[in-house]
Amino acid sequence: MAVATLEGDAGPDVDRTSLKTKLRRAERVNRARSFSLVAPLLLFVLAVFALPIGLMLLRSVENTEVRDSLPKTMAALGEWDGKATPGEGVFAAFAEDLVQTQKDRTTALVGKRINYEVPGARSRFLKAGRLIDAGGGGPWKEKLIAADAEWGAVEFWAIMKRAGNTLTPYYLLTSLDLRQDASGAVVRNFADYSIFVDIFIRTIWISLLVTLATLVLGYPVAHLLAILPPRHANVLMILVLLPFTTSILVRTTAWIVLLQSNGVINDILLALHLTTERVQLIFNRFGTVLSMTHIQLPFTILPIYSVMKSIPASHLRAARSLGAGPLTAFVTVYMPQTLPGVGAGCLLTFILSLGYYITPALVGGPQDQMVSYFVALYTNREMNWGQASALGGILLLITLVLYAVFNRLVGIDKVKLG
Amino acid sequence: MLAPSYATPREKLTYFFFALFCTLVFLFLIGPILVIMPLSFSSEPWFTYPLPGLSLRWYVDFFTDERWRIALQNSAIVAVFSTLIATGLGTLAALGLSRGNVPFAGLILSILISPMIVPVVIVAVAMFFGFAAVGLNNTYLGLILAHAILGTPFVVITVTATLTGFDRSLTRAATSLGASPWTAFRTVTLPLIAPGVTSGALFAFVTSWDEVVVALFLSSPEQRTLPRQMFSGIREQISPTITAAATLLVIFAALLMLTLELLRRRSERLRGATA
Repeated sequence: MAVATLEGDAGPDVDRTSLKTKLRRAERVNRARSFSLVAPLLLFVLAVFALPIGLMLLRSVENTEVRDSLPKTMAALGEWDGKATPGEGVFAAFAEDLVQTQKDRTTALVGKRINYEVPGARSRFLKAGRLIDAGGGGPWKEKLIAADAEWGAVEFWAIMKRAGNTLTPYYLLTSLDLRQDASGAVVRNFADYSIFVDIFIRTIWISLLVTLATLVLGYPVAHLLAILPPRHANVLMILVLLPFTTSILVRTTAWIVLLQSNGVINDILLALHLTTERVQLIFNRFGTVLSMTHIQLPFTILPIYSVMKSIPASHLRAARSLGAGPLTAFVTVYMPQTLPGVGAGCLLTFILSLGYYITPALVGGPQDQMVSYFVALYTNREMNWGQASALGGILLLITLVLYAVFNRLVGIDKVKLG
Repeated sequence: MLAPSYATPREKLTYFFFALFCTLVFLFLIGPILVIMPLSFSSEPWFTYPLPGLSLRWYVDFFTDERWRIALQNSAIVAVFSTLIATGLGTLAALGLSRGNVPFAGLILSILISPMIVPVVIVAVAMFFGFAAVGLNNTYLGLILAHAILGTPFVVITVTATLTGFDRSLTRAATSLGASPWTAFRTVTLPLIAPGVTSGALFAFVTSWDEVVVALFLSSPEQRTLPRQMFSGIREQISPTITAAATLLVIFAALLMLTLELLRRRSERLRGATA
């Protein structure tokens, strides 16, 4: 009987497979069509945004100056055992390389690269370059060591040899206040160079202060907006949204005008006899945190508000009618329900605060500059692009980890604007 | 008004302080913007109240000074073109993602949104290096492409939000009645998602209009934009012309916000009509 049924169904069964295939094909076409809509933007973002960032990250480990400028020296150093000062062979190769770098005007560039790891190396290279230009022959080992005894140091040549590698951990280590000594072991960096951990801690600390300030100021306001009747709430919402859409530069300018020593706030403080002399409110930590809080406040308020809006008012009433006091009802019934909004708003503000550059640059003092400022500084002024990329890479890593947390907890698709 | 009718006197007092606190926060939010505007009408170049006298001289300065005029013009060019690119690509991507059958949709969305999250200095430095290699530094095109990247996340987010309430049977009905996919999109989908597209475009526009960090890295004085001009002005000495520029930008922002609010209401109404 079973066999008969199977045979009887054989006809439609063939149709069903073909239908399945057709359906699968249609789905595939459909998927391809959907993807073709997404593809242009994805390619655009990958090419103009992700690729440059990837290349920048490569710069943080790239190390081609010495390899490209001193090829003969590096070849000669290949056989060096690292125990005693290299022989005349290495020095002669070095002199030959310097002839070329003098011609290409790259001696200072190589010297600068070595100078990162051996203070004073740049001037030593320039001096050696002049020696080469003066002409005359070897032996170069004696000549160079006579000019500067440091050319005979074993540690110096160990670092030179290492600097010839195509990749280097130097910039990343420096960003963490570490360095490799001549033997290659990772040790604490010289005190003069150990500035970066402080900068990262400062960046995180300022961001935390700003996040906390926006939460303390924003939570009650979000609550007010959520419980007011829509007619009033809409009017007050304008007060939150107008700063949100106003240029950051305009708002920063406004704070400078308000906070400067002959500014409006100092005038008021004096008029009220709260102070007897003008107070320094700007170009310090206070001004930085205050302006940043002002700019970030709407970012914290809006997610909290949208969560609070979805909490029925009856919950609080029920808690009260069951005997809870006003505070108990608020803390045990209402506040836990607002946590997703608090998490979203605070995380967003914290992530965005980490990357601040313009506001601290305009209203902060030298001690308030954050990581972004130093990325810009090393790119524009110091021309140390490896260091800029390494600092940027670490900042990017911190940001992306928090972004992933945000994505997991909140979902980036849940972000609403306005 | 805030306290429930069953509130005790002590609770009423709490609500009073709550309202007072909120008032102060609102003052904090709006105060700086309100303070800077009247200063632009001062007759003297000092930032003090009471104003020594009223004058429009800083506005005359703003509109006649060659540097400000060029900056305004550059900002407009860059913002318009970057908005067009961001809105076009962003809307297409949101439409594709909302069809629900794109592989790795979550990952793709996080990549598309990431320009909003990555610190802008990193974007600026990376593009500065990357664009140098292909000769895009110090060109309008380079700045337009960079600003388009920064604007796309806003378009993707707003259009996706509009599409979550979108009833797919409407386009299906249109196609089953003989409309080509393009006609169905143009006559059914587009009018319904238009508010989302427009508000995304406005966000993209304002992103470019306000952007200063990327502009500092990628543009030469020739492409100097309004924020860049303001930035160098603030760095040196705040001239009252900057407060005039700031006031105009605040008015611009207010108009923008009004438009966004109207669009939001329209979108809600449309959604209500189709639900």
